[in-house]
Amino acid sequence: MKKIRRADVILIVALLILSVGLYFLMVYHRKDGQGVIVSVDGQEIARYALTEEGTYSLNGGTNILVIEDGSAYLIEADCPDHLCVKQGKVRGVGQVITCLPNKLTVTVYGVKADVELIS
Amino acid sequence: MKVSKLTLLGLTVSLAMMLSFVETQIPPLMPTVPGMKMGLANIAIVFALYRFGGKEAFCISLVRLFLTGLLFNPSTIPYSLAGAVLSFVGMVLLKKIPAFSSVAVSVAGGVLHNVGQIAVAILIMETVQISYWLPFLLLSGTISGVAIGVAAGVLVRRIGLK
Repeated sequence: MKKIRRADVILIVALLILSVGLYFLMVYHRKDGQGVIVSVDGQEIARYALTEEGTYSLNGGTNILVIEDGSAYLIEADCPDHLCVKQGKVRGVGQVITCLPNKLTVTVYGVKADVELIS
Repeated sequence: MKVSKLTLLGLTVSLAMMLSFVETQIPPLMPTVPGMKMGLANIAIVFALYRFGGKEAFCISLVRLFLTGLLFNPSTIPYSLAGAVLSFVGMVLLKKIPAFSSVAVSVAGGVLHNVGQIAVAILIMETVQISYWLPFLLLSGTISGVAIGVAAGVLVRRIGLK
């Protein structure tokens, strides 16, 4: 059994191209969102337009949301890992920030917000 | 089934479980991407596929999955199950093509494992937004698949079980 063959390399390169291509396709087709929906445990608790710049306290203060320049991000969280803060800014339709310890999600919605958001 | 074969299969299951445990001790490279893993246990599965055959490797994969799932985190079992089954089908099919070595087999396994997990996540969470992570998971599955395929290839060449 040979170590690595030509066909292996072709498959690997094809998959690398596919993943990078898919990424750019998704970035290219992403439209800027209208606003964000904040949900806790799947229940919507608040909704902010991406034009309403400011700082908002979410879920009784467990997470702090900032909206500026048409993007939203979490600046503070009371959970130990702060993964939601590290997830950075979201602005494209369908992008989501997730805080698992607080079961909180911030989802960017587009024009059809009420129809397409099942989560 | 001979006792010696039974013992070897058992040993391979424990090897796969050990590798799963080792993997839980390694901090994730990109914690924000859900389901991004190296899939170290696939070393044992690819090894079993070449050394024992499809039936045996499939059993080892399922036993490994339920045992580690029950030990560490039962809620991940549905995701791993879909990933493991899809990845196994892909690996068996690729192994039938002589032009591919264990590296391609393992890459297909890694990538399809991620695809299966995402598909179940979409069904369970009723949201297609998770597919946003697909390109990242394809990339990580390919890279770790290469490493795991090379490692499994070394094992297969060095350990003859005749």
